[in-house]
Amino acid sequence: MDATILGLLLLDGVQNGVVYGLLALAMVLVFAVTRVILVPIGELMMFAPLSFVWLQGGKLPGTLWLALALGALWALLERGRGRGLPLAGGAGLLLLFLLARGNPALAYLAALLLVVYLGVATYRVFFQPMREATVLALLIMAVGLHVAYQGLGLVFFGPEQYRPDPLLQGEATVGLTWQGVLVLAFALLSAAALYLFFRRSLFGKALLAAAENRLGARLCGIRPEEAGMVAFAIAGLMAALSGLLLAPLINAAYFMGFMLGLKAFVAAILGGLVSYPVAFLGAVLVGLFESFTSFYASAYKEALVFLLLVPALFYQSLRAKGVEE
Amino acid sequence: MSLLAVRDLTVRYGALEAVRGVSFALEEGEALALIGPNGAGKTSVLRGILGLARTEGEVRLGRKPLPQRTPEALLQRGVVLVPEGRALFPGLSVEDNLLLGGFSRFRRGEALEADLRRVYALFPRLEERRRQLAGTLSGGEQQMLAIGRALMARPRLLFLDEPSLGLAPLVVQEIFRTLAALKGEGMTLLLVEQNARMALSLADRAVVLEAGEVALSGRAEELKANPRVVEAYLGAARGVEG
Amino acid sequence: MRRYLWFSLLLLPFLLSPFPFYLTLLNFFAIAALVALSLYVLTGLGGMTSFAQAAFMGVSAYATALLTARASLSPWAGLALGLGLTVAFALVLGLLTVRLKGHFLPLSTIAWQVALYILAGNLVGLTGGHTGLTDLPPLSLFGLPLDTPFRYAFLGLFLLALGVLALKNLRESRLGRALLALRGDALTAASFGVDPAALRLKAFLLAGGIAGLAGFLYAHFLRFVNPTPFSLEASIKYLVMAVAGGVGTIPGVLLGAALFTGLEDWLKDLLPLLLGRQGNYETIAYGLVLAGILLFAPQGLWPLLAGRRPSGRKALPQGEPLPPRPPSGRRGEVVLEARGLRKAFGGLIAVNGVSLALRRGEILALIGPNGAGKSTTFNLLTGALPPDGGEVFLFGKEITGLPPHRIHPLGLGRTFQHPHVFPEMTVLENAALATYARTRAGFVRVLLGLHRKEEERALATAYEALRRVGLEGLALERADRLTAGQQRLLELARLLASGAEVLLLDEPGAGLRAGEKRELARLLLGLAREGYSVLIVDHDMDLIMGLADRVVVMNYGEKIAEGTPEEVQKNPLVRAAYLGEEAA
Repeated sequence: MDATILGLLLLDGVQNGVVYGLLALAMVLVFAVTRVILVPIGELMMFAPLSFVWLQGGKLPGTLWLALALGALWALLERGRGRGLPLAGGAGLLLLFLLARGNPALAYLAALLLVVYLGVATYRVFFQPMREATVLALLIMAVGLHVAYQGLGLVFFGPEQYRPDPLLQGEATVGLTWQGVLVLAFALLSAAALYLFFRRSLFGKALLAAAENRLGARLCGIRPEEAGMVAFAIAGLMAALSGLLLAPLINAAYFMGFMLGLKAFVAAILGGLVSYPVAFLGAVLVGLFESFTSFYASAYKEALVFLLLVPALFYQSLRAKGVEE
Repeated sequence: MSLLAVRDLTVRYGALEAVRGVSFALEEGEALALIGPNGAGKTSVLRGILGLARTEGEVRLGRKPLPQRTPEALLQRGVVLVPEGRALFPGLSVEDNLLLGGFSRFRRGEALEADLRRVYALFPRLEERRRQLAGTLSGGEQQMLAIGRALMARPRLLFLDEPSLGLAPLVVQEIFRTLAALKGEGMTLLLVEQNARMALSLADRAVVLEAGEVALSGRAEELKANPRVVEAYLGAARGVEG
Repeated sequence: MRRYLWFSLLLLPFLLSPFPFYLTLLNFFAIAALVALSLYVLTGLGGMTSFAQAAFMGVSAYATALLTARASLSPWAGLALGLGLTVAFALVLGLLTVRLKGHFLPLSTIAWQVALYILAGNLVGLTGGHTGLTDLPPLSLFGLPLDTPFRYAFLGLFLLALGVLALKNLRESRLGRALLALRGDALTAASFGVDPAALRLKAFLLAGGIAGLAGFLYAHFLRFVNPTPFSLEASIKYLVMAVAGGVGTIPGVLLGAALFTGLEDWLKDLLPLLLGRQGNYETIAYGLVLAGILLFAPQGLWPLLAGRRPSGRKALPQGEPLPPRPPSGRRGEVVLEARGLRKAFGGLIAVNGVSLALRRGEILALIGPNGAGKSTTFNLLTGALPPDGGEVFLFGKEITGLPPHRIHPLGLGRTFQHPHVFPEMTVLENAALATYARTRAGFVRVLLGLHRKEEERALATAYEALRRVGLEGLALERADRLTAGQQRLLELARLLASGAEVLLLDEPGAGLRAGEKRELARLLLGLAREGYSVLIVDHDMDLIMGLADRVVVMNYGEKIAEGTPEEVQKNPLVRAAYLGEEAA
């Protein structure tokens, strides 16, 4: 291996790793606030670029109808003024999609908002009613939604892969496209923005508070269901932006999100599902590991990534002690 | 017109009845103590009023009954709980904990600085430690923080669940002095305490719970002298003093 | 015997023999039902789950395919290798995760499942890639080749019926009770000698093995293997079956398997027609059905049909109790001793240099105001928490830092501040949980049903203990029907059934009415007379003063007084601590 190849592998690894990192951050956040392990984050991620491609082609994607259907259920579950958000959001989304056909800038926005809306509705319809359930039951629900959304993705978008045009054309240097630079910049900015949100804004701190002590948060007027919706909204935003930026580099298809999500999830486990920085760094590590294994054993790179779980679990296992209640 | 009226409150956990048919009322500006041994259902009464447990019976706040009770809804009506175990946010700073106590007001666009200064004036030790993580405070400081956090919401009715729990006597006295000061400012207090002596010294009236039911109730002065209370709840006192 | 009615499943092939298509479905049902049974063990009893049951099937299926189609060995060699490999893989995964919080195991099984699927598709030289391996030989039994769906169904259904019987045995055994208890509350289970990590691991291995058996059946039924039936989607399909039918009961998981085997076929035909395209659209239905069940009937369909009944046995035990273990040895001898115990939480010192000794036949009370460190001391004595310093001796043997499941068998039993009873078990089974450490039957004996005699004696012991506390009339009721006072009595009955002679009671009087407290005191005094040694943590002065021989008083994590009830009542330090006054 020479320096050029090494450089390429490093770049590739970091570029994918930061995206896994964002997804891992979103997973840790959602888990901390709602105890849901967000397995369908990969589907949310793919829905964004695929819906974008459909809009660009002047078609309304099936995901819109999915989002509106869940939004309607969401509205049914709310009472009184609580219905305003799902109804207004749904109506706005529909309008935006009608306007965005063939308009790339609006289509970008529409795809993004669609996934955020879908994420929040998913929480409200499927997870919030189970809030008293065990982590295990919530996980089974999450896995069920993953297969359902993936199947719907196939119905909506078919089995083909799509490559939307990049926002930025051309290469910055050999092996690094401008779009890749954009991905890196976006990931770092997002991580920084999340950091500032949690450190500087009382809303961010309220979210952390809801994760730290549910009762304490309720006594402060932080409603757990609101915190859950915000966590899912942030996760949806992260997933959609990552998906939109990454799709021009690695293509988008209904089945691809799952593997990306799973890698994020390996990273989140590295951090024990509690540590944000370890999850992010773990994700970069996963990206690099994947990039180097694909050089040596490309057929098995997807399988080999899961090998990383072994030391991660072993380490967590060593730290665990005592009998849990 | 009572500020808070509880009528025939029954609290259940599964098949277990923790509280059976408890009634009492609380006047504006008054301090009421719920005392009784462990497991008597004192905490369950608070949890029941706040809608944190399954209940039957009626709870009125002012004129209106509260059919849909949640901690959030009661907070909007000026009722705040300082829970047993304090339920602080250990990974956030002291100041963040306090600010979050005023979160519902912050969301309505109200400023919190003045309240923060007031809490710091009440508990100067919290100001010294404002940048410290709440999890690193001592037990007494945590209790002060829990009370301070509740005050940030500007309650008119404060529920306190075992504020003396696990604290040294000097700290307990400091806390109770603060509570007396709050009462002096006109705040209404509902206090659950196992430390009957301390509770009866602060409260105007008290309700004695036993196995989930009201065993006795009356003015604190009278209860302190009531032989039955002395025997049952100041039980050690009889042996020592008698 | 009613249990053998399950073998009437073997009549189904005759009923369906005119319909070849349904015979094929019947085989798929038997295979799916076996996998669903593996999830009954894992999720229904053990409270864990796995998204890799299809991968376990796959390991076994490929093992037998390679041995028979490539190496021309006997399918029975394939079965041995398949089961061996599945269990070995399950062991690795289990060892890595059993000590972690509950959700790490299912998470790792997802990754594991995906990795194996990718390998099956990419290790073309070994597995034939996505085209798979063909020409597996048919199984043959007693010289009769099982080469038609009709013949094969007998094997599948026979194994299924055996599996059902074995798992019924498991449910009605010390291991089944321990698994159910572990799912509800690991600390209680551990307090009666259950090693949580080891038992969970064994359940995971058993579930892996059952899935492996299903994989073997699958391979030799189709006589062809490829990666598709062993994908994550397949694993999820099995989970949906079990959860939808009701993963907590055996009929539930079988119902789920039956419904979905039929439904799958119908969906596979219908959905592509509806959508006008080919594809695995049935996964959408699985996901949505799963979501609907979790939201609207989390217990599954079967409990809706059958009502909520405790799933244990319905008859009182007839056998002899286990050999009684009356306390023996000299009265007044020290049985439990703590020296200089210390424990801090963060910066807070909860217990600071506490020493105490419990003597045989006495009732010792540990009292102090709330937050004085009584409960922490209690947890240090019972092994629920490891101490930071100091030593604990039980019958002269050092037990410092041992986990609860290793302390209990030495003769120490405890109750909990909030009674820990298990609602899905009967009162009798709750009490019988305590005989775990006094009985021996392991998984093999239990699955083969060779534990019945011991089980009968364990239940008889539990029934005796219930009689002693006056709960025998409620023995077959669900435990959550009991009042708070009865739950406390049940906890005491458990201690008696466990054979422990050192009894540690955490606030036994909390929540009891005056009459119930008197009853409790009478019972405890009787036990002490028989030579049991009792340590009570409480702050109910009335109860303690009339009951205890000696009292240890704690405040701020330290022992401040010790003596007879009269002595400590006169102690000014105690008075200050208890009344929250300055020491006079």
